[in-house]
Amino acid sequence: MATAQPSSIWQKHAVFEKNSIVLLLGILVAVAIGGLVEIVPLFFLKGTIEEVKGVRPYSPLELAGFNIYVREGCYLCHSQMIRPLRDEVERYGHYSLAAESMYDHPFQWGSKRSGPDLARVGGKYSDDWHRDHMRNPRAVVPASIMPSYPFLEKTPLDYSHIADNMKTLSIVGVPYTQEMIDNAEKDIVAQTSGDAAVAKRYSNAISRDIGGKPTELDALIAYLQRLGTQVDFKLYDDKANIR
Amino acid sequence: MSTHNIKVDDHTGTATTGHEWDGIAELNTPLPRWWLWTFYACILWAIGYWIVYPAWPIPGGFTKGMFGWSSRNEVAQNVAELQQLRAPGVAKLQAASVADIEKNPELLAIARQHGGAAFANNCAPCHGAGAQGAIGYPNLNDDDWLWGGKSADIQQTIEHGIRWDADKDTRSGAMPSFGKDGTLKADEIKNVVQYVRSLSGLPNEGGADLAKGKQIFADNCAACHGAEGKGTQEMGAPNLTDKIWLYGSDTATITNRVVNGGGGQMPAWTGRLDPVTIKALTVYVHTLGGGK
Ligand code: HEC
Ligand code: HEC
Ligand code: HEC
Repeated sequence: MATAQPSSIWQKHAVFEKNSIVLLLGILVAVAIGGLVEIVPLFFLKGTIEEVKGVRPYSPLELAGFNIYVREGCYLCHSQMIRPLRDEVERYGHYSLAAESMYDHPFQWGSKRSGPDLARVGGKYSDDWHRDHMRNPRAVVPASIMPSYPFLEKTPLDYSHIADNMKTLSIVGVPYTQEMIDNAEKDIVAQTSGDAAVAKRYSNAISRDIGGKPTELDALIAYLQRLGTQVDFKLYDDKANIR
Repeated sequence: MSTHNIKVDDHTGTATTGHEWDGIAELNTPLPRWWLWTFYACILWAIGYWIVYPAWPIPGGFTKGMFGWSSRNEVAQNVAELQQLRAPGVAKLQAASVADIEKNPELLAIARQHGGAAFANNCAPCHGAGAQGAIGYPNLNDDDWLWGGKSADIQQTIEHGIRWDADKDTRSGAMPSFGKDGTLKADEIKNVVQYVRSLSGLPNEGGADLAKGKQIFADNCAACHGAEGKGTQEMGAPNLTDKIWLYGSDTATITNRVVNGGGGQMPAWTGRLDPVTIKALTVYVHTLGGGK
């Protein structure tokens, strides 16, 4: 229908503008090129996720806590990503390594900090403090704006699906073995009754005796107490990994 | 329907795109030159960026840029600069003992500043921004100490924590759960609780037998809290005769302590904080007002 002939390549865009299917294909090609160039090389670069000693998948109890963290939307106020910036390293400790969140599905890096970063909160406070704080943050930090989560300690943890959860995660690359999956429920009981056996499958897993009947809060605290404690930075070689 | 017919518009002298709807034509006004050149400049800038900074993935790695910049190098450098800035103060704190620091106003100011910042970040969530404490978390301003108020005691507490299992040198010892494990019966607990209250002059609630309470105290509690209830710092057993309470002085709270026992936990800070920061914190806490 066009009466004017395109005089140069720059006027060929008329083809795209007049034909929505062609435009759609054009957009797909342009976005795909951007994606391919930015994402695909990461699969082949050795340094994308450096291998770091000590990082292991969550124990079933910690995984249940992780799920509660996601369910309650804690990431809306808390990041888990210490950026390599002076002030962050000063306040929170060593900057986060990609490997430290490699088994998080979905990852909890976050981008909003109404509260402090939690990437290294493990071991910073006692379980009792977390209990006081989750029940009512104002009881320990009078100026806190964090919501109270008093129902968590009143809700028994439902872990009937935890083995399925682990099986699913193993499909996307979390190295849960069949043995771990088979013992998932037993390990939850072990980790909440002071039985150190759980540390055989999950190195350094902390087992506390709370009678083997965890609440949602117990699982959440087990998860929080593990955050950022996997890598021993006394052994980690910063220089070797400068990239 | 639009028709396609490129014409030059009479009023502006600009060509139309050839689209025309009901007599209204669309001008094909070119982009302003300043905009177009800024756009080209941005493209050039991006190319410069590729050359100067790490940018392109290549087999076996990625282009490193002209100066080998990396965020990890940069933060290491920034932290090193900061440490250098602090080095003179840190060296002085390192060389001096806590007692010397407290005698020297200049060192004291450095230590309190350094310690105050570390306190706000690490200790305030439990002990309060002003170290005033909360239920179960002691006030550090007063001269009532669970584990000792000398600077060496305070330093030991900070370094190794209290009932912190991960640290083998941690302060330990907790109160037995007299009610839960059945050592004391309900009426015995009632009597000893009111006796404990009487030690600091609180009234006897519920008509307990204080003489019996006194005997129960001597048999069960004196080993830790002392014959007069003045406490034993080696065991972290609080003085029960003063008006300062870690958990509270009402009958229900004290009964709960005797029934359930236990003890508060404080994390160990060795490893998390460096030795100079711990020393500065010791000075800070020791000079809050109640240091012995
Ligand atoms: C509305 C925002 C908000 C939400 C949602 C929120 N928090 Fe917080 N959180 C805060 C703020 C603000 C602080 C700092 C004050 C304080 O300690 O309470 C904080 C502090 C904390 C701390 C102490 C961190 C430190 O280093 O002192 C922990 C642990 C924590 N939150 C866990 C959680 C968990 C777990 C959840 C989800 C169940 C959660 N928060 C949800 C705002 C939030
Ligand atoms: C997780 C909460 C928590 C944090 C964080 C914490 N403390 Fe404590 N601290 C406690 C508790 C609980 C006690 C009392 C333990 C007991 O019941 O004997 C205590 C006791 C102390 C004592 C001994 C008091 C006495 O009367 O003998 C000192 C000193 C002290 N803390 C200093 C610090 C300093 C300095 C920091 C920061 C580096 C800190 N605390 C961080 C919970 C905490
Ligand atoms: C094995 C030592 C031990 C024995 C025995 C003991 N206590 Fe304690 N008691 C402690 C310790 C340690 C604490 C501090 C707990 C803490 O810091 O959380 C404490 C705390 C208390 C408190 C809370 C004080 C406050 O400031 O809130 C009361 C009340 C108390 N004891 C009463 C008793 C009574 C009554 C008995 C005897 C029936 C008794 N205790 C026997 C070690 C002991």
